[in-house]
Amino acid sequence: MSTVQNFEIYVPKLLDKREFFSAGHRACQGCGEVLALRLIMKALGDDVVISNATGCMEIISSAYPQTAWEVPYIHVAFENAGAVGSGVEAALKALRRKGRIADRYVKSVAIAGDGGTVDIGLQALSGAMERGHDMVFFCLDNEAYMNTGIQRSSATPFMAATTTSPAGKAIKGQRTGKKNVPEIMVAHNVPYVATACPSYPIDLVNKVKKAKEVKGPAYVHVFSMCPTGWRSASEQTIKLGRLVVETGIFPLYEVENGKYRMTMEIPKKLRPVEDYLKLQGRFRHLNADDIEKVQALVNKEWRKLMNKVACMKPW
Amino acid sequence: MGKRVGMEVAIAASEAVALCNIDVAAVYPITPQSHMAEHLADIIHDGRIDAEFITVESEHSSISACAGASATGARVYTATSSQGLMYMHEILPIVSAMRLPVVMGNANRAVSGPLNIWNDHTDIMPQRDSGWICMFAENGQEVVDMTIQSFKIAEHPDVMLPIVLNIDGFQLTHMIEPLEFPTQKEVNKFLPPRKPFASLHPDNPISMGCFNTPDIYAETMKAKDTALHNSKKTIVKIWKEWGKQFGRTYKPVETYRAKGADTLILTMGSMGETASIAVDELRKKGAAVGLVRLRLWRPFPLDELRAAIKGCKTLIVMDRAISFGGAGGPVGTEIKSLLYHDKGRPRIVDFIMGLGGRDVTVNDFIAMVERAKKKKDETYEYYGVRE
Repeated sequence: MSTVQNFEIYVPKLLDKREFFSAGHRACQGCGEVLALRLIMKALGDDVVISNATGCMEIISSAYPQTAWEVPYIHVAFENAGAVGSGVEAALKALRRKGRIADRYVKSVAIAGDGGTVDIGLQALSGAMERGHDMVFFCLDNEAYMNTGIQRSSATPFMAATTTSPAGKAIKGQRTGKKNVPEIMVAHNVPYVATACPSYPIDLVNKVKKAKEVKGPAYVHVFSMCPTGWRSASEQTIKLGRLVVETGIFPLYEVENGKYRMTMEIPKKLRPVEDYLKLQGRFRHLNADDIEKVQALVNKEWRKLMNKVACMKPW
Repeated sequence: MGKRVGMEVAIAASEAVALCNIDVAAVYPITPQSHMAEHLADIIHDGRIDAEFITVESEHSSISACAGASATGARVYTATSSQGLMYMHEILPIVSAMRLPVVMGNANRAVSGPLNIWNDHTDIMPQRDSGWICMFAENGQEVVDMTIQSFKIAEHPDVMLPIVLNIDGFQLTHMIEPLEFPTQKEVNKFLPPRKPFASLHPDNPISMGCFNTPDIYAETMKAKDTALHNSKKTIVKIWKEWGKQFGRTYKPVETYRAKGADTLILTMGSMGETASIAVDELRKKGAAVGLVRLRLWRPFPLDELRAAIKGCKTLIVMDRAISFGGAGGPVGTEIKSLLYHDKGRPRIVDFIMGLGGRDVTVNDFIAMVERAKKKKDETYEYYGVRE
């Protein structure tokens, strides 16, 4: 098992030294998703079983006969991580009760990309959360079908260019805003829902640990920067993750038993969205009017969230 | 052996599952499987067995949850029918490729469209190439016995493949029949708890479902094919073992008054019972007619079929599905292909009949035997269908 070099200097006592998702995988240079995954695995520890949907993280980690997974791992198909994770959880429960496996708590964890969560995987996710399985579902959201060549999903942001929502002369990229799946999870009465981003590693790790502690369903939506799909420079990955939060485009919050809470300090004034958009080729076609439209949408969504944070009491 | 009881076959199927002491069931309701789902829920909610019952939101998720649970080492059951089985289709070959011993009851029903809830085999035939062991039961007692046998076969270290047990919808699932159940003690002796070859647990972390490049995919497919062919040996062995313990022996190909017959009717599933009455009627009139019934569809029992039809002149295949625009029914087409090189093989007459719950009576079988006599070629033909 590989370990972090100079670990003692950089992150004393905050992160597990061990790597449960090991080096040597095939992710792109500057991949924010695999960074998120690595941190998630560190925060989860080794008493887990991973059910992974088809997608970038599956393809880069599991080319037979190799595997990057140091913990038990299963990949079945694209749309069913929620269902496979349900089965794993049910089996762990039954077998432990019947004395057929070691008598200790092992967490079922499902991991999917945005397509495997918000589009084709939404039904299986909804079922798993509604039935109250004791499991965590992580959506690693890089805002399009990157593994198949950057096609739009319902997590693709407004006006972003993808290969199926191109910046054409008549239609300028994605026509709709991002589907709010964390809110859909709150509507399922999921006791712990959070958003996270690997540019804020300690916030991410804290949320993963909280999600793991829940005895029941939990959902964490992780913003995952993708230089390949976003046409951005790979060295800008961490910066983009910070800008998306500072502009209010992807706010970091958690919802515990219905109570919304911002987990990072709320700035007095949000940065203009342009600061974030201009670093990415997928927004290259936007003119000043378009940027204004994006800004208006972000402002509206931000106000909605602030209202929830201000008004909502825990269940 | 326990006492003889009168019971609906769907209910009996779930009682048999309960005797197998399963760990996890994931079931989505669909007509005509629903009594199986409901009764299994009753059994688990009453605490009669210690198992998890996952009330999935779809059949796609029921088979996916079964895959996850089976990979974790649990004994797993699901049941479905028709559209539900079609919805599972994507996941079926993954379950067999991962060598997960999931057992499934399928209440055979016609596939849409148009929607039709009644019995035929159009749901199971599109799953033929999924790499599952595929069996057909003729009556309620076979459903009980074969359900219990299936767990033992599927989990056997020489097999490790999923099994689908076909139970004709309504015609069999909704019949009330006199049935003998083995006692719990007897089943425990026949079927000890599952001992998985490998399972998902942090004590021994493994990766399952890694993808294959062109370098290795073909080898994986060949291995699956070989495993399915090889499973027949163990299936037959376990059926013999069952016979020794319970007095009812099962064979891949069953025959009825087939000895010395020049004409044989070939069926799968519940219609064999009606066909056997037709055989009796025809024999009374002096016709040398017999019955051959395929219990096993995958792996295909070619040697056993050859032995069963030896010496017969006409083999009449009853197909309850159709490969549209193709060579006929799936069973007839396959048997024609398998026997192509056999010297002195029978003439094969392939009838497409009994679709979407259309009754096939004793007289219909007699009429088909008559029609087969007059038929000159081996092209397939619909029986009892209006122009």
